[in-house]
Amino acid sequence: MTSAALSSEPKVAAPPQLDHLRALEAESIHILREVVAEFERPVMLYSIGKDSSVMLRLAQKAFYPGPIPFPLLHVDTTYKFREMIQFRDEMARAVGARLIVHTNDEAIADGTQPFLVGTQRCCGLLKTKALLDALGAGNFDAAIGGARRDEERSRAKERVFSVRDANGQWDPKRQRPELWSLLNARLRPAESIRVFPLSNWTEIDVWQYIHVEQIPIVPLYYAKDREVIVRGNSLVVQEQPFVVTMPGEKPQTVKCRMRSLGCSPCTGAIRSDADTVPLIIEELISTRQSERQLRIIDHDQDGSMEIKKREGYF
Amino acid sequence: MSGLLRICTAGSVDDGKSTLIGRMLHDSQSVYEDQVHAVQAASKNRAAGPIDFSLFTDGLKAEREQGITIDVAYRYFATARRKFILADTPGHEQYTRNMATGASTADVAILLVDAQQGVKVQSRRHARIARLLGISNFVLAINKMDLVGFDREIFDGIRETFDEILGDARCHAIPLSALHGDNVIDLSDRTPWFEGPSLLEYLETVDVTRDLTSLPFRLPVQLVVRPTDQFRGYAGRIASGTVRVGDKLTVWPSGRSASVKRIVTYDGDLDMAFAPMSVTLTLDDEIDISRGDLLAAEAPTVGQRFEAEVVWMDERPLDPGRVYLLKHTTRTVTAEINHPLVLNQIGTVTVSTARPIVFDRYDLNRTMGSFILIDPSTHFTAGAGMIVNALHDGTAATTSAAPVSAAERLALLARRAGSDQEAIDAVTKLLEEMLT
Repeated sequence: MTSAALSSEPKVAAPPQLDHLRALEAESIHILREVVAEFERPVMLYSIGKDSSVMLRLAQKAFYPGPIPFPLLHVDTTYKFREMIQFRDEMARAVGARLIVHTNDEAIADGTQPFLVGTQRCCGLLKTKALLDALGAGNFDAAIGGARRDEERSRAKERVFSVRDANGQWDPKRQRPELWSLLNARLRPAESIRVFPLSNWTEIDVWQYIHVEQIPIVPLYYAKDREVIVRGNSLVVQEQPFVVTMPGEKPQTVKCRMRSLGCSPCTGAIRSDADTVPLIIEELISTRQSERQLRIIDHDQDGSMEIKKREGYF
Repeated sequence: MSGLLRICTAGSVDDGKSTLIGRMLHDSQSVYEDQVHAVQAASKNRAAGPIDFSLFTDGLKAEREQGITIDVAYRYFATARRKFILADTPGHEQYTRNMATGASTADVAILLVDAQQGVKVQSRRHARIARLLGISNFVLAINKMDLVGFDREIFDGIRETFDEILGDARCHAIPLSALHGDNVIDLSDRTPWFEGPSLLEYLETVDVTRDLTSLPFRLPVQLVVRPTDQFRGYAGRIASGTVRVGDKLTVWPSGRSASVKRIVTYDGDLDMAFAPMSVTLTLDDEIDISRGDLLAAEAPTVGQRFEAEVVWMDERPLDPGRVYLLKHTTRTVTAEINHPLVLNQIGTVTVSTARPIVFDRYDLNRTMGSFILIDPSTHFTAGAGMIVNALHDGTAATTSAAPVSAAERLALLARRAGSDQEAIDAVTKLLEEMLT
């Protein structure tokens, strides 16, 4: 026997293991496949943001080599950033998915805008009502959304398969227990379901996945010099004619980026030099402000996200 | 050591569970500054000291108003060593079902006990549920030690009681004050007799590798992917084991075999795949496979009767006279259960399914041994079950001396049929025999 053989430990191959991101990916693909297997008319809510971009990639993976077997639905408030709309149309073409765009035209014709009717009523009409109308018009029984449990405290209690009543509303006290990875897809007539395949992802997971998968995102996420109005901590991009400067304010050029994408009047930019995905991740790790902090609609009353969710908002 | 640890927490009302979790999130710096400010503002309306840590986790308005946790909340935090998913489950009696939910996916359970109160009925119950759901690593967090003067005898007494309850599971007991932070992140000067590790250090280092990949290969088929006439793939998430191109697999319950031709993914074909990956397999032989079938390397159990532990989670009691929907892996069948159970009750029951399911025992394979019971009228998830043992068909039927009515004979035949068509054929045949 050689000395090498004597000194070497008996070799046991380490069991193969999925890293954190691949484990999340496998879980999300399982969820998307369950939706397609169990429902007749699923639809994916496509909000153009980074989470939607990740969902789109997961859907491509789940059904490969087949195409994405459901349409994408974008609820367009008409107040989204112009770069978002351009990106949306390019992405839908690139992945070959059918894109449905729905707007509450009646409310827009009535002049609905956040500073006139208040942000709560504006969201109610242009997002919640528009979404429920679009789901009804398409007769969709399952709507897949990109919400994550780490975003906001009422979302932390959301199920992966979350039942909505005939009015599209959520009752947090009547939620079905969800054990293991067994998803209960049974519905009574007129009920529908919201599905959240990214439930267990955190904001950093999403960014790391975008980086390793080289997923395209709206350029608004990258820092560059933009003309903004500075209001306290919030930097407002002046895209809508009704976003006016107050006395004493004047637009200035600031290097900034969007951490979360919504409607331009209600989403503030943050000062940042992060113009690549790795720099964004680095910024997130060192930052001490939560992701939705500059989303005005989360803070307009106590428990405001829970109230919007109960009414039917995502 | 795995990079991701799933934890669940359990304790009675007022044991300070939400406070402990809020403290961990806050002290490990997983809570953002604006959330701290929002909580500080809200704390002023209540009487819990300068920062009420439970406000980080109690997400629903009713919870904040009543000062209790109603529903499972999932929390995400990370340290330099590990990522954590924490299911914060309520201790309130009427919400015990949520405890089972949190425990179903957890690697480690933190059991919280109030040092002043000792071991309560609820604590025993939660420990039992967590054991039942297959958790074998426990943290016994004995909280509010500051209120008993960090008395070592009180700590030891509670620890010994739990050693008996938990049996052969591994248990690490820690004397804590969630409110003041003793032994949460760092070891406390006030418990010089405690050797550690602290709660966070334990969670960062505990080894819970459940080696799914060393078990026999199991792939429950979720979908048949057929984009063109030339491609027919079987998509699913590998429940256990590994698979290589060329492996011979058997399809259950049909029992037919074929070899793996390709392991297809969006990122290119693989030579080998393992649990818990989501993949698509193609086979070298055209055999009939659909959703609900199982691709396996070594034979699982195929059967229609088995013994199971069931946790009942619906206000409407389990009724042995009703037929429930049973979802197991990707297969849903109808089922009858022989024993009544009420909300929050756990019992050993016999389950009879209308069509065979393909399973392993829960203690060997969580995915292959678990099922849910769905109420056929409300569609609520009414029960959660863990398979203990297969029971063989026929014994009860043949030894029964009581005469069986015609209707019962027909029902039995229909229930045992492998498919709707078989059921129709069998019932038609028996009816013909009875009538001629």
